[in-house]
Amino acid sequence: MQALAELKEQIRQALPELDVVIGWQQGYDALHTSPLFIRSEEDLEKLVVNEFCVVNPASYLREMRGGKKVGLVLKGCDSRSVIQLVQEDLLKLEDLTIFGFGCNGVLNHAKLQARFGDIGYIKSIENSGASVTIEVDENKETVPFSELCADKCLTCSYPNTLQCTHFAGEESSKEAESEQDKALEEFEKLSMEERFSFWQDQMRRCIRCYACRNACPMCVCKDHCLANSRETKWLSEEVDVQNNFMFQLIHVMHLTGRCVECGECERACPMDIPIMLLRRKMAGVVRDVFAYNAGTNAEETPPLMCFKVEEPTIEERH
Amino acid sequence: MSGSTGLLAEGQDLRIVGFLCNWCSYGGADTAGVARCEQPTDLRVIRVPCSGRIDPLFIARALISGADGVLVSGCHPRDCHYAEGNFYARRRFEMLKQFLSVTGIDPERFHYTWVSASEGQRWQDVVTSFTDRIHKLGPAPKLSGGTGYDEECLKEIAAAVALGDECPCHKEKA
Repeated sequence: MQALAELKEQIRQALPELDVVIGWQQGYDALHTSPLFIRSEEDLEKLVVNEFCVVNPASYLREMRGGKKVGLVLKGCDSRSVIQLVQEDLLKLEDLTIFGFGCNGVLNHAKLQARFGDIGYIKSIENSGASVTIEVDENKETVPFSELCADKCLTCSYPNTLQCTHFAGEESSKEAESEQDKALEEFEKLSMEERFSFWQDQMRRCIRCYACRNACPMCVCKDHCLANSRETKWLSEEVDVQNNFMFQLIHVMHLTGRCVECGECERACPMDIPIMLLRRKMAGVVRDVFAYNAGTNAEETPPLMCFKVEEPTIEERH
Repeated sequence: MSGSTGLLAEGQDLRIVGFLCNWCSYGGADTAGVARCEQPTDLRVIRVPCSGRIDPLFIARALISGADGVLVSGCHPRDCHYAEGNFYARRRFEMLKQFLSVTGIDPERFHYTWVSASEGQRWQDVVTSFTDRIHKLGPAPKLSGGTGYDEECLKEIAAAVALGDECPCHKEKA
């Protein structure tokens, strides 16, 4: 891959000026990558960029606050979380060096698992861009990429890294399969009662491990999270439907106008609860009302941090 | 009716929580009371310093705990005691209002509006029509797990209002 070679060269040149560069390396099997923290040229050789680079490296940024010079290898969607943090004054753009490239989408492990069964014994995988060929045990099968990719890639309109310092390789010309989020559209056909009982069932499964929160690049409160606060006790330690649902609402509402829909929360969820439905709905509302897409322009002010005296898009409530 | 601790009045009352700003709407409700305007008895009022103090999570918490309706009222835009609290509030409430449908909680159960201290009559209209609306919708569906709606929940929300904590991450900055 040409982009990878270029990326490595760009990082090699920038590395002396930086404390660390965060990217991806090959994980424990062909299907997984794990985060890579590049501090020297030897580390650099491990860097990979492919359709398994699912994790958002920006999630590690909150530990890096405070003047460190950090480099990041980012997909388009990941770069939005960085821009959003800059917008909120939580990071300084001058402390960051962003290495961008054109992304053609990432694969979803839950979908792979559903399609191929036990993917623990994977023999090989090939991706032609349009389709993926996987060999598991004696099975060899070719499946269209769009059936296996992460949901966010289906509606992605930012395949190229935004506001990057260096860009490697060619720009991706990947286009969104559809403008609307199909899963959300389907869900919204349900009646209120059906939706309510759907969430009731889903939230019963939640084990409140907070993986969704911890994986979220925008959840910067760390030790101050409302979910753990005692003075104003928002949540009890009980893992019941009410508390679980409330936790999800806390998460969604703290992401209003901030969520960049990177999908890390749902990916990290060990119970496969479709929590992106809630987040995409909220992001959609923000788009509808404020014509605002989180993390696309570092100069903008997030919509809930400002106001207009007359709100042309908000119906006056009497 | 899980965990209800005597908050429910006798008869047909539903459980409606009202967040009223100290400077306008609370005064408006008072004006209505002084003028002996007849009002429905379902509303349980939590007084807040400003509609800008109302964390949308207060509303979400009330609803998720099984409140049948939440009414929020502040000063009219441009008339805020703190100049711009209700401008911010308006954006937050609108986001919540439009978001609620995806959770399966009927957005009709949440209403926000503006009432000034002199508008006793208007307060009567607002509270009566909202209560009527909630009565038409009937009791809200309740989650089967959890403690449900009880006095504790309202107390905790009221305590949260008094504490005045805010999201600390955006205070300390990078």
